[in-house]
Amino acid sequence: MNPSFKAFGSKAILIEWPPQISETILLDILLFKQKIESRFKGFYDLTTAYNSLTIFLQNPITDFDKQVAILKNIYQTPIRLSNLDHYVWQIPVCYDLEFGLDLEFYLKSKNLSLDQLIDLHTKPLYTIHFLGFLPGFPYLGGLPETLNIPRKFNPSLNVPKGSVGIGGKQTGVYTMESPGGWYVIGKTPIPFFDVNLKDPCFLKAGDKIKFFEISKDDFYKISNEIEKQNYLVKMELYHA
Amino acid sequence: MHSIQVIKPGYCDSIQDLGRFGYASIGVPVSGVMDALSAKMANALIRNSQQNAVLEMALIGPVLMFQKEAVIAISGADMSPKLNDIPVKMQTKLAVKTGDILSFGKAIYGCRSYLAVKNGFRTDKKLNSYAAFNGITDLVILKKGVIIPIGKQLKIFRFGHSSIKVDRQHFNNEVLDAYKGPEFELLTPKQQDILLTDGFQIVKNTRMAYQFADVPSLAHKCEILTSAVMPGTVQLTQSGKLMALMKDCQTTGGYPRILQLSDEAIAVLAQKNTCQKIKFKIIHL
Repeated sequence: MNPSFKAFGSKAILIEWPPQISETILLDILLFKQKIESRFKGFYDLTTAYNSLTIFLQNPITDFDKQVAILKNIYQTPIRLSNLDHYVWQIPVCYDLEFGLDLEFYLKSKNLSLDQLIDLHTKPLYTIHFLGFLPGFPYLGGLPETLNIPRKFNPSLNVPKGSVGIGGKQTGVYTMESPGGWYVIGKTPIPFFDVNLKDPCFLKAGDKIKFFEISKDDFYKISNEIEKQNYLVKMELYHA
Repeated sequence: MHSIQVIKPGYCDSIQDLGRFGYASIGVPVSGVMDALSAKMANALIRNSQQNAVLEMALIGPVLMFQKEAVIAISGADMSPKLNDIPVKMQTKLAVKTGDILSFGKAIYGCRSYLAVKNGFRTDKKLNSYAAFNGITDLVILKKGVIIPIGKQLKIFRFGHSSIKVDRQHFNNEVLDAYKGPEFELLTPKQQDILLTDGFQIVKNTRMAYQFADVPSLAHKCEILTSAVMPGTVQLTQSGKLMALMKDCQTTGGYPRILQLSDEAIAVLAQKNTCQKIKFKIIHL
C-alpha cells in the first residue's frame, strides 16, 4: 500500500496511509504495528489512528533516511504472526430518557422514533479503528448514515461516564466524565477503562463492538454485578 | 509518616514527574511537568533522582505545613516563597522543621514554580507515574486539608552552599524553536511567512494547551483525519486559531499539525502568561 514516512519533531516518526477510513487500511496498519513491535528497536510507544501509525522514539533521530530504510524493509518482509485475533464485544446500552440526556432533541431533529433509533444503532457491527480522545475511548466506524448529526455547536461541560453519543459520522462511549460535543442517546454500565487493572482497557484497535438494548432495571442490575465483580462482558472471536 | 499538609491551595497545584510514557495507544496522555528544565533543577539541587515527583504550582502558590523535618528546593517562576513568613531563596537547598509553614504568593516572573522535597512526593503511582491526571490518579488538584506523603528524609544532610543562578533567558526568551509539523506544507508560502515572522499573543493557558489570538490570515480549508498529537504539537484550526498542545493534551487530534516545538521550547512556553507574545523559529533535524 506504500505508506509514507515523515519525521514528527525530533523523537517521533509518522507513517501515513491514504486519507481514508477503511478496514483494509486498518488491517495493514495493525499488521505493520505487529512487525515493528517484533523487529524494530528504540521506541517507547506505538500508536495508530485511522490512516497513520506513530513511533515514539527513546532518542532523537540522528539518521532519518536510515531509519526509514529499516522500517520499509520491515514493512515489506512477511513474517509469521502468532496472535492477530480480534474479538466482538457485546455492549449493553440503556436508551432511556434518564440517561439519554439529548435523546429528545436528537429524535426530534432527526425525525425518528425511539424504536427506529434503537434498531438502527444496535444493528451494525462497529469497528474499533483506534483509541484516543480520552483514556480507553474507542473511535468506531460503521454508524449508519441516517444517524449522522452535526456536533453540538456548544459542547456540554460534563458528559457522564458511560454515555453513548453520536456526533458527526461517529458514535462512541465516553469512558470517563468529560466535556464533549456529541449528542448523548443512552448509557452503558460497562466501564471501558480501569486504571487499577493490569490491562486497563479491554478493547483493542481492530476489535468489533455490538450494542444491544437493555431496560433501566437491567442497567442497575448489571451495574450492581459489575460492582461485585460478577459481570463478564460477552465476547467472541471475530470471523471476517 | 513524612508528609506535607495543604493549608491553603494555590491556583493550580499538582504532583508531577517527567510523565507517563507508553500508554498513548490506549488514549492516556503523557502529563508530567510543564517546564521540565526548572523541575529537574529543583530535584538536582537536593540531589534527588530525576524520576522523583515534584509539586508544580501555577500563577499563585499554596500554603503548606511540614509534618516532619525535610530538605527542599524551589525552582521555576518566582512566587516569593516564605518559610514561617520570612522570605527564603529559590534555587538553593533549604531545611525545614516539623510544623514549619511554607507559603507562596503570586508569580512575579514566569508562570510555574516547582517544589522538590528530598526523595520526592509519594502519592500513589498509577501506570508507572506519579503525574496527576483526572481519571488516572486519585489526587489531581491540591485541595485544602489534603495530606501528601513524601519520601523518607535523611537525618544527616550536608548543607553546603549549592545554589544555581537563575537563567533569566529561560524566562525572557520569546522565540520558540520548532520543527516543521507533518502538515506544515499545507500552508501557502505567504502563510508560512506569517507564521515565522509575526508574534502571537497568548489568550489562554492550561496544562492541556496554550491558545493564541485568532489570526484570520492563517485561516485555511485543509482537513485531516484524526491522527497522533503530543506535547509540543502546534495545531491550526480552520478559522486560524493556533494552539500549542502541552503535557495534559489528548493523544489524538483532528487539526493540521503545522509545527512541533522542541522539548526546550515547551519548557520556555510553560513559563509564559496570558497576554504575552511569542514567535516561532524553524529548526531542522
